[in-house]
Amino acid sequence: MNSIFDRLRFLQAGDQSLTVEVGDTINPEVNSKVRKLNLAILDASIAGVREVVPTYRSLLIYYNALVISSSDLIDQIGSIEEWTDSQLVYRARIISIPTLYDGKYGPDLQFVARHAGLTTEEVINIHSETDYRVYMMGFSPGFPYLGGLSPKIATPRLETPRAEIPGGSVGIAENQTGIYPVSSPGGWRLIGCTPLNFFDPYMDPPVIVNPSDTIRFVPLQSESEYLRIKNEVENGLFEVHAEDI
Amino acid sequence: MNTDIFEVIEPGLLTTVQDLGRYGFQKYGIPVSGAMDTYSLRFANILIGNAEEDAGLEITVLGPKLRILSHSCIVITGADINPKIDGDSVSQWVPIDVHPGNILTFGPVSDGMRSYLSVPGGIDVPMLLGSRSTYTKSNMGGYHGRSLNIGDIIKANYLKPNVEISVKALPEELVFYPFGHVHDLRVVLGPQDKAFTTEGISTFLNSEYTVSIQSDRVGYRLEGPVVEHSNGFDIISDGSSLGSVQIPGDGSPIVLMSDRGTTGGYTKIATVISTDIYKLAQAMAGDRIKFSLVNIDEAENLLRTRESRITQFANSVRYPRPDKKLNVLVDETSYNVTDMNGREIVLMSSRTGQVRHIMTANVSGRKFRFDVQIESED
Repeated sequence: MNSIFDRLRFLQAGDQSLTVEVGDTINPEVNSKVRKLNLAILDASIAGVREVVPTYRSLLIYYNALVISSSDLIDQIGSIEEWTDSQLVYRARIISIPTLYDGKYGPDLQFVARHAGLTTEEVINIHSETDYRVYMMGFSPGFPYLGGLSPKIATPRLETPRAEIPGGSVGIAENQTGIYPVSSPGGWRLIGCTPLNFFDPYMDPPVIVNPSDTIRFVPLQSESEYLRIKNEVENGLFEVHAEDI
Repeated sequence: MNTDIFEVIEPGLLTTVQDLGRYGFQKYGIPVSGAMDTYSLRFANILIGNAEEDAGLEITVLGPKLRILSHSCIVITGADINPKIDGDSVSQWVPIDVHPGNILTFGPVSDGMRSYLSVPGGIDVPMLLGSRSTYTKSNMGGYHGRSLNIGDIIKANYLKPNVEISVKALPEELVFYPFGHVHDLRVVLGPQDKAFTTEGISTFLNSEYTVSIQSDRVGYRLEGPVVEHSNGFDIISDGSSLGSVQIPGDGSPIVLMSDRGTTGGYTKIATVISTDIYKLAQAMAGDRIKFSLVNIDEAENLLRTRESRITQFANSVRYPRPDKKLNVLVDETSYNVTDMNGREIVLMSSRTGQVRHIMTANVSGRKFRFDVQIESED
């Protein structure tokens, strides 16, 4: 059961936005189809299309209704048959995220281990052994919605959110895991921190992962290693490791 | 040739630099932001001879107190906010001459919620990801990513309008003020109208709602009859468009505005049409809101009519008729460049010094957005 619709579903989202649904569940096949359709739409260069926002199982298309009507846009998208990857846009990649898992940088690591009935080492192994798909980005600039957390280490959110969480913090909330791109308040259980700069509006592009990329957390052995990478990142010397799938 | 034009003596309640928004980065979770009432910002720009996309100040309810630093001119549009220069009332919706040492103040707002102030060439702040809009929540864009504060020095891109402009009153059909306290918002249904019962949709379309005090640039919260869902209020998160009316579990509508999150997980029953967004941007807490239904064809016709009137007015304000079209050469083929509304970008022969334009160009069906700086040869 892959839950992909036989035909695309079009939902009007105002007079200059259109939602296109490809399926009705969160799973890699549906999300891959979202990605392919996204690339195909960009590749088709439909006049009037301003921006496409891919999400778990749908796309939101912003368009200029003075250039193209809703019905013409629906016709054009419906006629895109060949959903092939484009040379012009990024490929799906595995991005390595060096992460220091410890009690100083991840103050809830102990709690997560206790909650799961595991040692902290086991939690680190389970968390870093899995590859996580970036289903979409949203919530705040650069925030990746990751899928694939092992149920063994799912943990409820904090009852009272922290007022300030440092950018780069890696956390768990229920069956999700994620990375805080910039410092912000938040209620996720923090198990570590990456020295990478996940979001910087002065970078081009402003993020280091894209929707549909895959993330792999790579445990760092020591705080000095973390600080060395952080220093390299700040001086623009660190190269993020990305591998085409 | 950018020049200091204002020093901020008092910042007002929330005064930010905004243009027409930051498009193209929502896939990374970066909100559009931009002016809430885009018509008022566009008219402030048109009336001073700017490109409609140029950045202005968005002034919210309580205006700032500004010291004028250079001989220049300004236009104030949007909410009626009783502007005064050295204590004397001045008009809105027309260019006003200002001189060094003048103090610009604003009285209490008497109609509407947000005023817009334009300066020649637009407010000069760095372009960030294609826009000068401020998104305060992430300290992005505008003036150091924040609302104005005491002591800030604001620059204009130049001091004199770079085209001849004729001072003209807006034609009646483009006068949207007074904004008043009762607002009829036309909506198209969707994207998730199927998630509501017939009664729920009927309640939404036939009830009167009150604007909550908790409304801001992210969204307008409304109080009134609860809108009934047919089968749960949450969805798999999807994109959130401008004007979408989100109905969370408590059944109270929230209309999503400029600073909305790019995605959300609540059902959206309907979406306010483009031509009516400004009404909500000018609504204050306690104002009354009614929704009425139009279909997509009607919404598109309303938009076309509105935009053609604005274009007609914009063309009548600038003169003499522009004489040079801007062309881009790609592989020895020349293309005309149009702005976001499909109008050709033109160079005015009277322009001197630097001209800066944010433009969108369609070249062989491909869309490019660029920031062009044009300098005179002498």
